[in-house]
Order: sequence, then structure tokens, then C-alpha cells
Amino acid sequence: MKRTIWIYVAIVGLIICVFLLSLQMGTMTIAPLDVWRTMMGEGTDQHALVLFEFRLPRMVTALLVGAGLAISGAILQSLSRNELADPGILGINAGAGLAVVLFIYFFQGSSTSLGETVFALPIFAFVGALTAAFLIYTLAWKKGVTPIRLVLVGIGLNAGFTAILIVFQLRMNPDDFMQATVWLNGDIWGTSWTSTLAVLPWMLLLIPLVMAQARNLNVMRLGDPSAVSLGIKVERTRRRLLVWAVMLAGASVSVGGAISFLGLVAPHIARRLVGPRHQVMIPTAAMMGALILLFADMVGRNLLSPSEIPVGIVVAVIGAPYFLYLLMKTP
Amino acid sequence: MVNQKPPTSKQVRAKPMAVTMIMVAGTILLVCAGVISITLGAASITPETVWQTIVAYDESLTDHQIIQEIRLPRVVGAVLIGSFLAISGALMQGMTRNPLAEPSIIGITDGAALALAIMFAFFPSVPYAGSLFAAFIGAGVGTALVFLVGSLAKGGLTPAKLALAGVTIGAFLSAISSGIAIYFDVAQDLSFWFAGGLANIDWPRVQLMLPVALIGMVIALWLARSITILSLGKDVAQGLGQRTVMVRTVGIVAVMLMTGAAVAVAGTIGFIGLVIPHITRALVGLDYRYIVPCSAILGSLLLIVADILVRLVNAPYETPVGAITALVGVPFFLYLARKEGRGV
Repeated sequence: MKRTIWIYVAIVGLIICVFLLSLQMGTMTIAPLDVWRTMMGEGTDQHALVLFEFRLPRMVTALLVGAGLAISGAILQSLSRNELADPGILGINAGAGLAVVLFIYFFQGSSTSLGETVFALPIFAFVGALTAAFLIYTLAWKKGVTPIRLVLVGIGLNAGFTAILIVFQLRMNPDDFMQATVWLNGDIWGTSWTSTLAVLPWMLLLIPLVMAQARNLNVMRLGDPSAVSLGIKVERTRRRLLVWAVMLAGASVSVGGAISFLGLVAPHIARRLVGPRHQVMIPTAAMMGALILLFADMVGRNLLSPSEIPVGIVVAVIGAPYFLYLLMKTP
Repeated sequence: MVNQKPPTSKQVRAKPMAVTMIMVAGTILLVCAGVISITLGAASITPETVWQTIVAYDESLTDHQIIQEIRLPRVVGAVLIGSFLAISGALMQGMTRNPLAEPSIIGITDGAALALAIMFAFFPSVPYAGSLFAAFIGAGVGTALVFLVGSLAKGGLTPAKLALAGVTIGAFLSAISSGIAIYFDVAQDLSFWFAGGLANIDWPRVQLMLPVALIGMVIALWLARSITILSLGKDVAQGLGQRTVMVRTVGIVAVMLMTGAAVAVAGTIGFIGLVIPHITRALVGLDYRYIVPCSAILGSLLLIVADILVRLVNAPYETPVGAITALVGVPFFLYLARKEGRGV
């Protein structure tokens, strides 16, 4: 228990460090002292604008999205008893991606101004993610849903969505194509408080619900027979948790784009740090996810400045080698 | 991830009738589909003209030229690539005993994409053959990485580890290539290449594939018996005195050659390597000496038919061929997933 508390403290400390560092860095570097002054309300207007209207909302969004994807991945991994499970691999990202590409293809060119896009895109992404999840669940249903079938059906649908996606993407004009590509690679592109507010309610609603199910998740991870013998209504619990995982992922990708690997890596790290008990593992995974995404976003914004690399790419470049390392070590 | 049940000796026994049927009927169908494919297009051409072109080529006739220079290489390319993908899938499924093993899962495509992204971004003036070669190397590097990680892993190259390593390295490589593509603004070029399909295949490209095809197929046929034994399980194979590491290494080289060539020339064409070997196994039994050639024929047939559909679905535009094969492949994959996912 003492160890867990120290780990929490360490991760929170790291988040704070990265947060402070990220506040200063960007196209316009703001000295630490100026950051402090601005936060206290004594800075220049320009600094206040950059910090409060651009950087802060983006960073808060990154924290929320990171936590959301990590929790979603943790749930999916436990439910499917498969370390490979992650919203991306299950086809949820691709479902959201297809919805976004369809939106850009059909509506973007014709009328909408950018302002409307900011509101409409997340909704489309969210609906796409939910539809994908519904399809995965229905197609995997055969007198109940076994975990492995869920993963396999997800991989299959993922390929299907990607195929349809490419058909539409290739017919876009270069600008729309670029926007779609950037989104599909995961990008925290909402730099306003609006997008933060779009995710926040979901997190506030869903995270407590998931935490309340932590005990059930512990049991379900052991497998269906044990869960049934312990008096859990397996199918119903699975369905409920699955819906929550998808909603978390959907809300996250709707403002963060199709970020893969975070839902895979964060729970892994968390499990190694604090063990598999969900009561402590889920908060650890959430903080880990928030930390990784915040860091990746900082790197993506500054590495090749002034141009940005989509944060999902940074996450994959950091996450994949770690995952391979895990893969080689586990027997 | 998923293990096939070891087959019984009854299942291994070949079905000579089915083999002969596939060889004969398949070849006839292949020729018919090829002729249909040649007659289709902006300039409509009759089957007689096709025949004329082959027996008595007349350079002064436009139709003959179209057939010779555009339509025929496309069909030959489809035959080669279809068989490459199907044989590769069959070898992979046999070697890993993973019914979902498929060329596109093991990082080949993503390796090729990275190489192309680098070429487009940094060496845009390199001629087509250079890009092709780069894609080929990239495909090889992708595969090699996957197998390297798979074999460095504790407990060796289990099917699950292979799949995990494939997905992860694929994601890693494609992240880097997306980064390059977005930064240097070549993302759309790259996507066009990968959705490319068979539209741009000409004789030089076919010639580039031919040596690969020969080597790959000879290896595949030569390995076929060992793969049958390997598909019974590693322990059985080792018990029978087979050098499993050697067989797998050579098998991987063959897969690398054939899928590398296919990806470099035609981009991503998924699911042929998944669907065809399953259908072939169901028809001819589990002896890879028959599975390899029969898969080749059925794979070619599927790709030619898909390539015909590519041009019919939304004429005069061509639909990416990968989308058409996915149309067949995804439902089949889902069916397998429901079937295999039973108690694994």
C-alpha cells in the first residue's frame, strides 16, 4: 500500500513537471517567471492569450484524453483477457475514423465553416465509435460473447473500415485529405476550451462508474467460469463495461483523433507498477495515460517546430518499442 | 493467439480428385477471366481480337497495341500477385499454425510504406524502378524485424508472439512513415500507391517480378512437404527429425520475396492470403504439396475477378482493389473468427 502511494506521488509529480515545462514551450517560448506572472494575472495580454486560450485548454484536453484512452484500454484488456486489446486494435478508432472521413468527404467541401466543424467532427467520431462497437459486439455474439471472439471480430472489422475509408479518402481534394490524415494519426487539434468541455463530462460521469465496477473487473479477468461461480452476471456486466469503455474511447478520440497504443501501453505499465487489482490499477493507468499523452503532445508540438507532428505518431514511436520490450521479456 | 488443432492423418490425406479438378477447371476459369479482363475497358475489345493479338500480333492495330502494352501485363500481373499472396498466406498459416496468419499482418506492408515515404520525401527524382526496389527492401526489413523480435522473445516464436510483434512493428513503422508523409506533404502520393492495385502494371514491372516469382515458388514447392509436417505441430516435426528452424527460416525468405514483390508493385491487397489457403485446405486436404499449387491458381483467379470488379463497380473510375478483396475477405475473416474463437 505504501508503495502504491509513492507511485501515485511520483506519477503526479512527473505530470506536474511536464505540465510546467509544456506551458513554457511552443512557437513562442515563455520564460518560467513570465508563466508564473501570467498565471497570477500580472502578465502581458499576449502571454495571457497564448497560455489561457491556446496552451492550457490543449494540455487539459491531452490529460483527459490520455486518461480516457488508458482506462478504456484497461477495461478492454481485462474483459478480453488479452494484452493486445486497445480501442485502436478493436476497430473503435477505425469506426470513428470512417465517420470522420465520411463527414469531411460529404460536408466539408460543400458548405460548413470551420466553426461548425469543430462541433460536428467530435459528434461524428463519437457516433462512429459507438456504431463500430455495436457492430463488433453483435457480430461476436453467438450465445454470449467470448473475449477472444471479440478481439478477432474487432481486428476483422478494423480491416473492413480501413478499406472503405481508403476509397473515400482517395477521392478527396488535397486539403481535406490532409485534414483526414492528420486526424487519423491522432491529433489534439481542439485548442479551445470547447473541446475540453466536450470530453470533461464524459470522464466525470464514466470514471466513477468504472471504478465502482473495479471488483467485478478483478473477477472477470480470471475468466468466465470463476466469475459465474462468484455470482456475477457475466454477460450483462461485460456488456455494461464494454459500453463504458467504448464511450470513454469515443469521447477521447472525438477530440484527440485516432490515437493508438496509449490504451495498450498505459495499462501495461500500470500493471507492472501496482499489480492487477483494478482499484489501484485503473487510477495508475489513467495517470500514466495522461502523463504519456501530455509529454507526447509537447514533443509533437516542439520537435519539428514550427510544424507539428500529430501526437498519435509520437505515442506510437514511444509506445511500440516499450511494448516490444514487454513482449520479449514475458515468457 | 489462436492455434489450429493438430490435424488427423485422415485430414492430411490428399484428395486427388479435388486437386485435379482445381488444376484443370481452375486453369480454364483463369483463362476465361483473363480474356474477360482484357476485353474490359475504355476501348471495348472482342475476344477474337484478344486471340488474334496472341497468335498474330500486328503492331499497326491500336487494339493489338492496347492489349499488348496495357491489358495483357495487367492480367499477367494479377496472376503473379494473386498467386504470391495466396502461397505466402498458405506458407505462413502452415508454419505458424495460426489460421489467421496473413502477409499483411506481419509488418511487410508497413515496411514497404516507410521505404516509399522516405523515397518520396527525400529522393523524389529517383525513377520508378528505384522506388520499387526501395519498397522491396522495406518489405524485407519489416518482415525481418518482426521475426527478429519474435525469435528474441523468451519462449521463442509462438504464433501469438508473431502476431503481437507483427501488429506492433507495423504500427511503429507506419507511425514513422505517416510522420514523414505529413511533414513532407507526400501523404496522398503514398496512399495512391498503396491503394494502387494493378492499374499501372506494365511489362517492365512484370519482368521485375518474374525472377522473384520463380525463386519464391520453387522454394515454396520444395518446402511443401516439410510444411505439412510442421503444420502437425513443432513437437511432432522435431520428433520426426525435422530441422524446424531451417524450414521456418527458408519459408520466411520465400514469403518475404513474394509478398515484397506484390506490395512493391501493387500496394496493399489484403485477405487473399487469408481466404484462399483456407478454401484450398477445405477442398484438397492438408498436404501442402497440393495446397501450394492449388492456392496459387485460386489466388490468381480471385485477384483477376477482383480486378474486373474494380473497373465495373464505379466506372469509369477504378475502385481500390484492396477494398474489393476486403469485401470478400472481411466476412470470411469474421466467419473464421466466430468459428475459431470458440474455446481458445
